[in-house]
Amino acid sequence: MNSIALEVKDLVKTFALDGTTINAVDNVSFQVHSGEFIALVGPSGSGKTTMLSILAALLSPTSGQVLIDGQDLSQMNEKRRVKLRREKIGFTFQSNNLIPFLTAQENVEFMLRLNGQADKAGRMRSAEILARLGLSDRLHNLPAQLSGGQQQRVAIARALIHNPAVVLADEPTASLDTERAFQVVETFAKLVHENNRAGIMVTHDLRMCQYVDRVLQMQDGKLVRVVDTKAEIMELAQGTMKH
Amino acid sequence: MENIPTSENDGFLMNNIFLAFYLALKEIIRNRGRFLLVSLVIALITLLVLFIAALGEGLATANRQYVGNLNAELIVFLEKSDYIIASSRLDTNTERTVRRVDGVADVGPIYTSSTEIVSLEEPLKVSLLGVEAGRPGMPPLIEGRDFRGGSARETVIDRGVALRSGIKVGDTIEIRSTQGTEDEFFRLTVVGMVEGQSYFFQPTLFVPPATWELIRPQSEADLNSDTAYPNILAVKLMDPNQVEIMAQRLTSNVKNIEVTDIETTINNIPGYSAQQGTVQTQGFFTLLIGVLVIGGFFQIQILQKVPQIGVLKAIGSSNGVVGWAAVIQIIVVTAIGVAIGGVFTYLFSLGLPPTIPFVFNGTRSLIAIALLLFIGPLGGMVSIIYAVRIEPLKALRLG
Repeated sequence: MNSIALEVKDLVKTFALDGTTINAVDNVSFQVHSGEFIALVGPSGSGKTTMLSILAALLSPTSGQVLIDGQDLSQMNEKRRVKLRREKIGFTFQSNNLIPFLTAQENVEFMLRLNGQADKAGRMRSAEILARLGLSDRLHNLPAQLSGGQQQRVAIARALIHNPAVVLADEPTASLDTERAFQVVETFAKLVHENNRAGIMVTHDLRMCQYVDRVLQMQDGKLVRVVDTKAEIMELAQGTMKH
Repeated sequence: MENIPTSENDGFLMNNIFLAFYLALKEIIRNRGRFLLVSLVIALITLLVLFIAALGEGLATANRQYVGNLNAELIVFLEKSDYIIASSRLDTNTERTVRRVDGVADVGPIYTSSTEIVSLEEPLKVSLLGVEAGRPGMPPLIEGRDFRGGSARETVIDRGVALRSGIKVGDTIEIRSTQGTEDEFFRLTVVGMVEGQSYFFQPTLFVPPATWELIRPQSEADLNSDTAYPNILAVKLMDPNQVEIMAQRLTSNVKNIEVTDIETTINNIPGYSAQQGTVQTQGFFTLLIGVLVIGGFFQIQILQKVPQIGVLKAIGSSNGVVGWAAVIQIIVVTAIGVAIGGVFTYLFSLGLPPTIPFVFNGTRSLIAIALLLFIGPLGGMVSIIYAVRIEPLKALRLG
């Protein structure tokens, strides 16, 4: 078994809204190992994006612990959290993923610049990873000159280039057509496995789960189901699983 | 809480500054059309501010240049003349009395009037100043020689006269002077030239006091007297640092006078303060408009970039990178705008006739340029603060 890249213990996040307390994440615990790709699914308002925000060190939990590569987020000040995001976490977002005035290669290299690794080897690595994602002829194109799928692939390259412990993806297929969506998630899963990273994808599209190793289903802030056998995952992805 | 070690902090800071430059300059280069438009707006504001500043400097210079360049520390006026040169007319003995006061190095009487050179295609109005050669009040020559004493029909001209009329040393000029109700004409030989001696918006002719008394425009009453009364005395001190002490000493030792320094004399030139106040107010409001325009532009731009800044922060860019990138961008765009505006103003000034008092290389223009460079970051301050406060959660639709 690979090492634990991400560990969530008794996580709680509450929000106050119009005098009412809402449990966005309610006592959730799980682990993700290096080389494992999991999907966080659930209906709108189930708490999956709040969960992702906490895992990404963008939001502080009300209680509980999140350990990334052994480092406890709750013990960190903002400066440390920024450093952790830069070094240990890779990110892809639903939209507005890329810096619009940087080319595809510059967007990928930007992660290396943030980490002080933008040397010749880093530049070669960014070109290689983009080539592996089928973008060798798009290195010098600006995001506006790329299709939605190509932009997501650049974002995936950026999320992985600095070898983070954890790669987080927030609805990476939301703005793509079905064919592109499958390609992007398949590529993402492949790279997570090959690079031995822990990958977590938030999605509302269960069809995308066919490429993951485990599915965590949330509802009303609670972790209500864990699907971890390939057969069950395929049933879930194909919509044939019994609830 | 954990702390980052100092050496790591230093490296982090350098990397942040480098990243801020990288982001700011890449965005400017890739969106050069949009940023150039902003720079052009700033250039137009610069043109307006510099034009007002240069006009203010030119007006001030044209008004005060002679007094400002006087080789003296104190000016003696007739008592209760409120330090207004035209209101002061001193007794002929005052010069001698002032000269005897301990600490006075030299005294020069100054007689002021105006006249018109008519021996030109276009008559030229000039200030006519009576001064004694070699005494305070007579500027240093750049060409020719001093006029002789007595009532010699000789004059030393300001270079401003030469520039506007083409008159040279050795030429003879004719001036028109109203004596009572009759026009009389006097011929003067130009024997020397001085520079930077404009007074009361006019270039200057310098003549000996006796000549001045003879040729100045006079009323019927004045025609009965041939005694010249100086308006003021320029006093050079043995110790130029003793201005206040000497002003008090002169006032207590000499009857019927009031004494002040050059700055006060300038500020009391009729209309000078009001005119400068008007010009400075115009300049201030133009700068204020500049601050609002630049601030507005950068605020709109930051609002458009909220998701992008959210992504930058979410992937690990610090507030320092985002904030400094905004500052650098504002400074670069403002500097380009000010440079273009400066060139515009210079080219514009080349086309102006010498009759328009326009001094582009003055202190005010430099102050205006410094202020213009400052108003960019000042105007963009709100947007910079806004950029720093954008939550990275904006990238995740939660902000």
